[in-house]
Amino acid sequence: MRALTKKNLLILLSILLTFAIAQGLITVGIINSFYEITIATICINIILAASLNLVTGFTGQFSLGHAGFMSIGAYVCALITMRMNSTAGFLLGVLAGAIAATLVGILVGIPTLRLRGDYLAIATLGMAEIIRVLFLNMDITNGAAGLNGIPRFANWTWLFFFTAAAIILINNFLKSSHGRACISIREDEIAAESMGINTTKYKVMAFAIGAFFAGAAGALYASYFYFLKPDLFGFLKSIDILVIVVLGGMGSLTGSVIAAAALAILTTFLQSFTAIRMIVYAALLVLVMIFRPQGIMGTKEINDLFKFRKKIRE
Amino acid sequence: MSLLTVDKLTKSFGGLTAVSNVSMHIDKGELVGLIGPNGAGKTTLFNLLTGVYVPTSGSIKLDVDGRLKELGGLKPYNVTKEGLARTFQNIRLFKDLTVLDNVRIAMHQNIKYQLPSALLHFNKFHNEEDVLLEEAERLLDIFHLSHKKNELAKNLPYGEQRHLEIARALATKPYLLLRDDPAAGMNPHETAALTQIISWIRKEFNLTILLIEHDMSLVMKICERIYVLDYGMLIASGKPEEIRTNKKVIEAYLGEDVSNA
Repeated sequence: MRALTKKNLLILLSILLTFAIAQGLITVGIINSFYEITIATICINIILAASLNLVTGFTGQFSLGHAGFMSIGAYVCALITMRMNSTAGFLLGVLAGAIAATLVGILVGIPTLRLRGDYLAIATLGMAEIIRVLFLNMDITNGAAGLNGIPRFANWTWLFFFTAAAIILINNFLKSSHGRACISIREDEIAAESMGINTTKYKVMAFAIGAFFAGAAGALYASYFYFLKPDLFGFLKSIDILVIVVLGGMGSLTGSVIAAAALAILTTFLQSFTAIRMIVYAALLVLVMIFRPQGIMGTKEINDLFKFRKKIRE
Repeated sequence: MSLLTVDKLTKSFGGLTAVSNVSMHIDKGELVGLIGPNGAGKTTLFNLLTGVYVPTSGSIKLDVDGRLKELGGLKPYNVTKEGLARTFQNIRLFKDLTVLDNVRIAMHQNIKYQLPSALLHFNKFHNEEDVLLEEAERLLDIFHLSHKKNELAKNLPYGEQRHLEIARALATKPYLLLRDDPAAGMNPHETAALTQIISWIRKEFNLTILLIEHDMSLVMKICERIYVLDYGMLIASGKPEEIRTNKKVIEAYLGEDVSNA
């Protein structure tokens, strides 16, 4: 195994360090339970944005249906933990939720990923709406009233390590030949096909992996906030996730992490100014898009920044 | 034995027949030219051979180790897997990716590890990626691009982009290389260098090459046989000297001789 390389140890160390710092701040009380909700939101949004980035930023398939996959994961996990009230039930719920979302992703992806650009966006949007309306009308999901009293297992520790795992897995995928095949589709679909890449297969693969992590994020959401209703997963939720991806940079996981954190912190901060909240939020987005249309990170990752520094020193 | 046999190939777009009843063959190891005036259907023929278009009628057969394989109707990536690679008229590199990644993507069909290895980076992943990297670097070495492997493809000078495109096509390990207008936009000096590279890679990689080319001096110099298309129909074929004096070809390029009319 080459798991114990210097680079991997460094990654593990920085993950543990991040966790220790945040945990320390919580224990000391600098991050109180109100801000803890912000941190939970950040974690869930990071998973959602990173997974959508894989589909939209890296593979170049414009999807507006991410909230749909999220809701599948959320409802499946909620229904399982309500019947199996234990940590094992919670973990099973997250896994089942993610797999259910993946299956729907594959089912929806095969016909719709033949479409391009705007058409794909509309098809995925329609798919998410269909899922929402189904949850709204089913008995098992309790319709518009939603599910109440979902057992709460997801705490900040679970969220943190699930988020770290999601980022590592998605990053690993992107650094593999399969990931490069996906990126080549974004770059030039016709050239990719002539280089022997089965573009439909890799589009569906990216879509399915994206759906998997969106489902997992939904499951964590259900378990942390212990209340679900179909309205939570409407069109606007998909847009929220897309905003994080575009703001962070289409094609940068680092960007998605930074943007998810920045937007969640901004929203929390603006809660004290209810009247102008949405105006400030929107104005900031417009300003970033005017002055940095490629997003905060563009397509750069955190280690590219270190490489750049090294180059200057040389 | 011909490597590629095209029989009565036709492609119509609605009322327009872009390629009409074309039959041709390319033998193993040959360097064949395909010429014709603008709009003659050369690129359409290329797109038919590489699976971008589905033929309206006719067949394209490739000899894969003695078995004849029908290519008509296959998807482009399957055509590539059978051993046909192409370069494009207007270079289509993956511009925002590195030189190295451009070549590695073309080598993807050799990768055997599956999704779990891709996600979790098992040993199998590392072993195959190491081999892939080595092969890619060897290929870049041949085209004097290895010192630029981490540069973005779009930042290379034009001539090097052309070279990278050939390297990328060769990375798919083809038997037959189709090159659409490789000398486009090159000066005479670069064209001369290109001529050398074409004959060199042909020997080195044991390749058969089909070339679309507008530079007549280049075609006449390096091609062993030439096919001439006009209005989607094959109007002549033969050795360069035969083509040079062929009346139909001269008419197609220069118009009918007025004194004969």
